[in-house]
Amino acid sequence: MSAPRTLYAKIWDDHVVRTGDDGTDLIWIDRHLIHEVTTPQAFEGLRLAGRRVHRPDLTLGVPDHNVPTTDRYLPNPDPASTLQLATLEANCAEFGVELIGIHAAAQGIVHVIGPEQGFTLPGLTLVCGDSHTATHGAFGALAFGIGTSEVEHVFATQTLHLARAKAMRVTVTGTLGFSISAKDVALAVIGQLGTGGGTGHVIEFAGPVIETLSMEGRMTLCNMAIEAGARAGLVAPDAKTFAYVEGRPRAPQGADWDAAVAYWRTLPSDPGAVFDTEIVVDGSAIAPLVTWGTSPEDVVPITGTVPDPAGFADAGKQVAAAKSLAYMGLAPGTRLADVAVENIFIGSCTNSRIEDLRAAAAVAQGRRVAPNIRQALVVPGSGLVKRQAESEGLDRVFIEAGFDWREPGCSMCLGMNPDKVPPGERCASTSNRNFVGRQGPGARTHLLSPAMAAAAAVTGRLTDVRELMA
Amino acid sequence: MQPFHTLTGTAVPFGAENVDTDAIIPARFLKTVTRAGLGAHAFATLREDPANIFDAPQNRGAPILIAGDNFGCGSSREHAPWALADMGFRVVIAPSFADIFAGNAFKNGILLVALPQEQIDRLMEVAADQPLTVDLENQVVTTPYQDRFAFAVDPFRKDCLLNGSDEIALTEALGQDIAAFETRLASARPWVGGAAARVAA
Ligand code: SF4
Repeated sequence: MSAPRTLYAKIWDDHVVRTGDDGTDLIWIDRHLIHEVTTPQAFEGLRLAGRRVHRPDLTLGVPDHNVPTTDRYLPNPDPASTLQLATLEANCAEFGVELIGIHAAAQGIVHVIGPEQGFTLPGLTLVCGDSHTATHGAFGALAFGIGTSEVEHVFATQTLHLARAKAMRVTVTGTLGFSISAKDVALAVIGQLGTGGGTGHVIEFAGPVIETLSMEGRMTLCNMAIEAGARAGLVAPDAKTFAYVEGRPRAPQGADWDAAVAYWRTLPSDPGAVFDTEIVVDGSAIAPLVTWGTSPEDVVPITGTVPDPAGFADAGKQVAAAKSLAYMGLAPGTRLADVAVENIFIGSCTNSRIEDLRAAAAVAQGRRVAPNIRQALVVPGSGLVKRQAESEGLDRVFIEAGFDWREPGCSMCLGMNPDKVPPGERCASTSNRNFVGRQGPGARTHLLSPAMAAAAAVTGRLTDVRELMA
Repeated sequence: MQPFHTLTGTAVPFGAENVDTDAIIPARFLKTVTRAGLGAHAFATLREDPANIFDAPQNRGAPILIAGDNFGCGSSREHAPWALADMGFRVVIAPSFADIFAGNAFKNGILLVALPQEQIDRLMEVAADQPLTVDLENQVVTTPYQDRFAFAVDPFRKDCLLNGSDEIALTEALGQDIAAFETRLASARPWVGGAAARVAA
């Protein structure tokens, strides 16, 4: 019997092309997702060196970061983003890479369309020039973000030179309370680990709470593994995973499907597999969480107050907290539930899937967006999510409540397109980063779940969704 | 990448410490689609001052940059080495470099030379009116005044720079291993291939 192995080790071992003598392995990459922002220079590099894309059949492109979320048949007012989008199209055509174009029904955020298309599968190695590639780990795929030189390397060779990371297991015990979502679990984990807690590790999420999460929820959780500093997040594939994947356009079929499932069943970590680091999070104790600062680890329950920087043990953290509060325009001791917001963003690769929209719509149903809200955007993660939501009447719920129902893309998650939070204004946002200026220069971001964002929209301030839904 | 052996040329005695990648190339220039042309925007904020060191006539197109401690800190943007290379720099000499920047600079054929502060001070002084020579083979920086400062360099990176072999070329040299893996993959996990349509190129 060989020694018990972790899920991470099994995927790694099955992808070693060659073991290096310097501590790195040459790792085969099964899937490469590309978008308009981090690929132009990689394609340029190929062109200059006379190289081709080695495995176009493992490469899939989609524009998302720059796309307008309003009518795309109108002229795009930003010439720089127009050029990036056109460049992606031209490069995909030149190098024989399939592109889900800006007007395609399936267009959407790269991390939403991968799973939706069945391009993301358990047991794969999957990369993309974007840090939130960790999302795909929800399927038990080793998925991580890479830089532009690495994008070029994968194009040319379908491999990467990589050093093995350490394995961490985060076990979430208990059962989640009423209205507690995967986003709250993600924020609780980051709050407990800190943004550096996962550094050098690949995190496997396990335990009863993870088993009960839907695939959408697992994606939300793995998406944010990167915010804890981890290289990737993983959830062991199970019956729920297979049910999600089966029948998707690019998923294996027939005999291939049976063989794939048989292989996928061998992937979960063996009993007795040793993790370098073990963390336990009490899932029953998780309340709806919001961030108060400019780092995703700055989380407090909605029932809590803005912390006093003087209360932090380490001096560096005291300085950082004081700076964060100055940027956020918040005073220590303020009740989070008293913080008024002017902007609402329901979207991003963290929370733009059908389940997220259902959770937000359940809160918005029969209510109105508060008068102090200046913009309330609902941006579905993909065209298919959008259509599904429309077939369920969710668009009507949002529109009647006074939300803006948009076309799919990254949108206000990073403000590369016109969807920005104005300077000094606050946004209740379902995205993943509350960094200084992330949603626009001077924008103040509070990260929270889709239901919590909808609750903030209808009251005009950060709100405990449990009070509205009780 | 272009091979690097020995280079003699003007060094810009910049000397600033903790220069972050946003100072090297501000975020507003990241919506570009080429590596070329970024040099025009390199150090954009600094170069708003017409008397800046980079636009001084004697420094235009200089191949060597001398900087202070912790050069290239901040965001991991690969646009920073692209901008430096586009300005004409092939060597940066500083007491230390940020990690990610160092990796990105190497991938783009820029040699980073770390030397102690007092040697940097001496080079800054000489660079004001004399060229420097950087000899990678012998791992030494020299001046016309017989200064000889030895530097360390990772053997793998040295090899790549000397031979002008980029990482992709090195991996391509392992093409047989990759082909063998692909054959194994096609029989062991046949569902992996063919996920995306092959588009006529
Ligand atoms: S939605 Fe935000 S985090 Fe996700 S890929 Fe787009 S920009 Fe990145």
